[in-house]
Amino acid sequence: MKVTVLVRPKEGILDPQGEAVQGSLRKLGFPVGGARVGRLVDLDVDAPSAQEAKAQVERMCQELLANPLIESFEIEVAGT
Amino acid sequence: MSIRPRIAVLVFPGSNDDRDAAWALGALGADAQLVWHAEEALPRDTAAVVLPGGFSYGDYLRCGAIARFAPVLEAVRELAADGGPVLGICNGFQILCEAGLLQGVLRRNRDLEFVCRDVLLRVERTDTVFTARCEPGQDLTIPVKHGEGSWYADDELYAELEAAGQLVLRYAEDCNGSVGDVAGVCNEARNVFGLMPHPEHAVDPLLGSGDGALLLAALVDAARERTLTLA
Repeated sequence: MKVTVLVRPKEGILDPQGEAVQGSLRKLGFPVGGARVGRLVDLDVDAPSAQEAKAQVERMCQELLANPLIESFEIEVAGT
Repeated sequence: MSIRPRIAVLVFPGSNDDRDAAWALGALGADAQLVWHAEEALPRDTAAVVLPGGFSYGDYLRCGAIARFAPVLEAVRELAADGGPVLGICNGFQILCEAGLLQGVLRRNRDLEFVCRDVLLRVERTDTVFTARCEPGQDLTIPVKHGEGSWYADDELYAELEAAGQLVLRYAEDCNGSVGDVAGVCNEARNVFGLMPHPEHAVDPLLGSGDGALLLAALVDAARERTLTLA
């Protein structure tokens, strides 16, 4: 099952990468009001159901893919 | 003749300050042994562990996030749980945070710059084995070299660590945007310590400063004491 994880800097946490991207986009003339840079992880998960896949990936996020102190995550299971 | 206590310096793929750390510890009276990350046990009679600087596992995912799964880390956890001193320098600090042996997390420097220079540090706590040779409030000059050394804790965690006296070292000048200018943190039991500056690069005045030797020599003292106690 194809599962995508989006890891983002938590709201309110300073994101210097995002600020640098925003600054560069503005220099190019794009009126960007804000930019936050996160990470995307595509997974192929062996699970009997979408629900089970999501539960598995949630544990992966808590244990490795995201650092809960500074990052939030969102899980998308393909076809659901 | 005092004994040379055995201190393990871990080597991960991508470590690059392992030999500097081993050299400095050797010069300060320790028997420093390089230990490959895939080992499941520490050498016999290991009294302390140093996790050196570098870019373990290419800093993939987050700095230190993959190294925490190295087989040798289990033996390090055991030594730490038994009260053995464990020191993480730079990438070693990042690994200890990711492994949950220390609290907080190291993030990209606020200004996105790789900071590589001598910095002035202030010793906040001398009640750890690592800072036992320092005076309270003492200033130390030790170099940093990192792109992801901005230590972060939320307000609640920060207050908790401060109240427990776990914020051991602070930058006495602006360095990387760390919360509270924190440069080094210890665990509750005070036997695990991580810092971003590199004491192993400041053990001889010829190289600009000998202040790092104060921290490393104190670690050697603690390792020697542990060796004598366990003997």
